[in-house]
Amino acid sequence: MVEMPVIDQSKCNQCGLCITVCKCGAIVLQHDVVTIVETEDCHWCTTCEAVCPTGALTCGFEIVIED
Amino acid sequence: MAVDSALLKDVPYLSELTAQAQEAVKPLFFERSLRRSELAFMEGEPADALYVLMNGVVKVFKTSSNGKEQIISISTPHEVLNDTSIFGGGPNPVSAQAMSPVVLYGIKKDKLEELLRQHPQMSLSIIKLLSERSLKLLSLIEDLSFKHVIGRVGKILLEHTADGGAKQRLTQQEMAAIAGTAREVVARSLKTLEERGVVKIDRHRILITDKSALEEIIMEST
Ligand code: SF4
Ligand code: SF4
Repeated sequence: MVEMPVIDQSKCNQCGLCITVCKCGAIVLQHDVVTIVETEDCHWCTTCEAVCPTGALTCGFEIVIED
Repeated sequence: MAVDSALLKDVPYLSELTAQAQEAVKPLFFERSLRRSELAFMEGEPADALYVLMNGVVKVFKTSSNGKEQIISISTPHEVLNDTSIFGGGPNPVSAQAMSPVVLYGIKKDKLEELLRQHPQMSLSIIKLLSERSLKLLSLIEDLSFKHVIGRVGKILLEHTADGGAKQRLTQQEMAAIAGTAREVVARSLKTLEERGVVKIDRHRILITDKSALEEIIMEST
């Protein structure tokens, strides 16, 4: 399983901005729902989060201390 | 291409005008489409038209002498892209590049002046937008020039490490809210920390590779 950005559907207004900026095709419209598709091509650029006007889309970071 | 009357009302400057007046000024505007990666305008070049983003996403940025890109903002629909150079004169202080297919509405500088003479009430909306922008830039400048932001971001990282089972996640937006700064500043701080070899960003994971160096940076900045 590839970790992917997350969309909170209750906040998404389907403006489609995230779909248009994603260079790897990880975000698609599926049956009228903006959906994230798992792909290794997503390099976590976080552009989709930056353009989302409603804060529905989040690219969370896990912070780990390397031993 | 001609512009769409129904969309013209979304141009921020025209919000104060009546529908009739909006229809009357329509011929002054033109439409311009950009493909992804295409430049709307380039830093250093003369500004000949005012552009409003109607559709898509545009990255507004400056390039330093060593070729480094500093993102000033990521613009979304109905933002004016280059008012500073249009009203202030002089060349474009920034470049603007399409991050998706983009539609812009533009108006030539001389036509805009004509429009303002006909509808002086538009000036109020313009002043409001310009002041909002300068406030935003001011806080961005403050944060970019003070090293304490890097320390704040470093502190946030240390305070939010994933301990054991709790899979805590933090977005750049959340880090910005905690640090009291803009998302762009957080992005830049993380990059700087990575360049200094203190953290390593591996996709969705931020690895703190040198904890003591990070603590030192936090100490220095307070
Ligand atoms: S982080 Fe970047 S590559 Fe990944 S889904 Fe968002 S826009 Fe696409
Ligand atoms: S940018 Fe945000 S609101 Fe718009 S479609 Fe994407 S997730 Fe939904």
